[in-house]
Amino acid sequence: MSRVPFYLLVGALLVIGIVLTIFRHFHYDVPFMPGEQRQIWEVEAQVNFDADNGPVRVDLALPTNQPGFRLLTENTASSGYGLSYLRDDNARHAQWAIRQANGPQQLYYSAQFLVTKGEEAFLAAPPALQQDIAWARPYDTAAREVIDQAHTRSADAFTFTRELIKEFTDQRQGENARLLLSQYERPVLLTRLLNQANVHARIVNGLTLEDGRRRQALTSWLQVFENDKWVLINPRTGEQGKPKNLLLWEAQGNAVLEVQGGSDSHVSFSMLRHNEPASVAVRNQFADDTLLNFSIHSLPIEEQALFKTILLIPIGALVVVLLRVLVGLETSGTFMPVLIALAFIQTTLITGLVGFLLVVAVGLVIRSYLSRLNLLLVARVSAVIITVIAIISLFSVMAYRFGLNAGLTITFFPMIILSWTIERMSILWEEEGPREVLKQGFGSLLTAVLAYLAMNNPWVRHITFNFLGVQLILMAMILLLGNYTGYRLLELRRFQPLAKDD
Amino acid sequence: MWATPARLQAKGVIGMNRRNIRYIGRYNDRRLYPLVDDKLQTKLLAKRHGITTPDLIGTVSTQFDVKHVVEIVKDAPGFVIKPAKGSGGKGILVVERQQDGGYIKPSGARIERVDLERHVSNILSGLYSLGGTPDVAVIESLIAFDEVFAAYTYEGVPDIRVIIFRGYPVMAMMRLSTAASDGKANLHQGAVGVGLDITTGAALRGVQFNRPREDHPDTGHGLASLYVPGWDALLHLAASCYEMTGLGYLGTDMVLDRHHGPMLLELNARPGLAIQMANGEGLRRRLDLIEKQAETRSVEARVAFAQRHFAREGELASSA
Repeated sequence: MSRVPFYLLVGALLVIGIVLTIFRHFHYDVPFMPGEQRQIWEVEAQVNFDADNGPVRVDLALPTNQPGFRLLTENTASSGYGLSYLRDDNARHAQWAIRQANGPQQLYYSAQFLVTKGEEAFLAAPPALQQDIAWARPYDTAAREVIDQAHTRSADAFTFTRELIKEFTDQRQGENARLLLSQYERPVLLTRLLNQANVHARIVNGLTLEDGRRRQALTSWLQVFENDKWVLINPRTGEQGKPKNLLLWEAQGNAVLEVQGGSDSHVSFSMLRHNEPASVAVRNQFADDTLLNFSIHSLPIEEQALFKTILLIPIGALVVVLLRVLVGLETSGTFMPVLIALAFIQTTLITGLVGFLLVVAVGLVIRSYLSRLNLLLVARVSAVIITVIAIISLFSVMAYRFGLNAGLTITFFPMIILSWTIERMSILWEEEGPREVLKQGFGSLLTAVLAYLAMNNPWVRHITFNFLGVQLILMAMILLLGNYTGYRLLELRRFQPLAKDD
Repeated sequence: MWATPARLQAKGVIGMNRRNIRYIGRYNDRRLYPLVDDKLQTKLLAKRHGITTPDLIGTVSTQFDVKHVVEIVKDAPGFVIKPAKGSGGKGILVVERQQDGGYIKPSGARIERVDLERHVSNILSGLYSLGGTPDVAVIESLIAFDEVFAAYTYEGVPDIRVIIFRGYPVMAMMRLSTAASDGKANLHQGAVGVGLDITTGAALRGVQFNRPREDHPDTGHGLASLYVPGWDALLHLAASCYEMTGLGYLGTDMVLDRHHGPMLLELNARPGLAIQMANGEGLRRRLDLIEKQAETRSVEARVAFAQRHFAREGELASSA
């Protein structure tokens, strides 16, 4: 049996991988290091609605240049629709129209924003005060009392707003506040109250930018004016000022999405951050997509965000292969540690470790009871899955009650995998004793932590996402490791007595 | 504490990676695995090839038949119930004798009819088999193990593992259960491994938990006097398993029965490497020599070849 074809294959993979990588580096100016770059956010808005078999008109508010973000390019995708960009005063919107449409419709708008340093606030004209604010019978006194209370505790429009929001936050929520909240949505209610107190304010909509997020919605913010100044206030916490990663999508107090001739409409956002060399960022990289420019960047953003994670999995697999073939570490379930490591990326390491240990420990206790019931395997594992879900829900609620928001990320754990881990550990416990469970549990966690450290490394993330050729190199390395017949590190210890001279 | 790879290499020690790729991957056709992974199949195959195995009393393959277990074992004084696809000795129930409708285990503990039925039912539902797949319970007659080993074992039956490479017996060891191993014959659980000379069947050296041992930890009997009677017959039996299965790298587990001589207990297509520890010698040199043999030889010729080339002096002080 000749090994020549095997080495040819490995060699070919290596050569193609390296050539692709070098080509991308020099020809497309993609750097090997993630630093010294401009950050670009790609944001994609997806409008969904059901058309009523007739003419349709869709208005979507669009973002403009603002402190911190500069609009680079924008495009839309909408088969069969006519499109025009409209601009009135400071607001921009896109208008799609079609004579005849039926069934579910999808319209896309995507834009690239360059992250800039600018901090200067742009001028905005304060909106007119809403004059005819009418409250129904019990609400009018409640509103008045809340306003009076906040008024005495404040000095100007901004402090007044903060105090007003405090009235509605959990700790201090009084009877009046609860009554009002039962009737009105919080941001709407707050603007009504502010207007009634002669404070110019309106609701604007912003998008919180977080790398790789999909199906996000806009959040409402209060824009409060006094004299020539305005500030942005978070209606949920009362915090003042615009967070750095907040992109104001609609800043005029208008509707974000209006659909005529359709129903059930909503808009969701996906976003992705990538680093581009400054030159490319300015050039807007609209190079033609040839086969050689084969890149994840040509996909829609939602899929790109998905790929950012998928392309890291081979790194995790490589870590597992290294630890098993070269070190000889025993793990419970071959690739379970990779999935745990993926969960760690979402939860951060410490929270993830604590959460994992808690879930598995409690799961083992409950599983030991299940084993006394003498159930069939599938039923038993299913019962463990439900138990794991119950544990995770319980921990989430408890963590939230104790104010540990980090605890909520425990839901990112792959529950079916955790259940199998518990099942396997429990069988191991019964058959080989707790020592073996600790050994394998430690091996799995160590593998997971190392895989996490490798996959969460900014440089690794940069390389795997920007250079697809690296995947071929990884493949070649794993194939070579699959061919390794030497000793494992731990075998050097196991067979140590054999090395002695007789 | 640690050995250098070069040192282990010089001693001809084989690691897991090498075993998996060079021997199991190259010489064991995956198609043939079911022959050895299913003990019932192995048994029927052995019968056709005239290889002695413990007598088959009966099998139970449906939950409905669980009720009939008592009738099946009615006439057997002692018997063993095991899962056909079990591994590592899991799910094996040994009954030494029957007494007033109850069953006495080797430890002296008594179990009742319901316990027996529950055990069979557990086997059928796959509690002990690889991957939890539904299984068949195999009931065979109890081995009356040879009295010569009585002083070397605690509760369990001492078995003899012979590695058969391309039909040649290359290395052998005996596994003695201890109190530490809870009557089980697995070395990592604390059983004593005794390397056996391929030429004579006499003990070479003993190990427990990777450390040399001169006597059995529970009976205190010296290991130096241990030897396997009828060694040639046993090697012939083990070597002929190559023709029977077609597997090139094979672990055969044998026992010596007082009345029927050497018997095949089970086969293993992925035999472990602990045998090197028990023998104090790497497998590499012997495997390399066998790989150089081009001509096909008969079972007798292969056994003779191995006995000629793999002779060794024992390391145990012959005090007993």
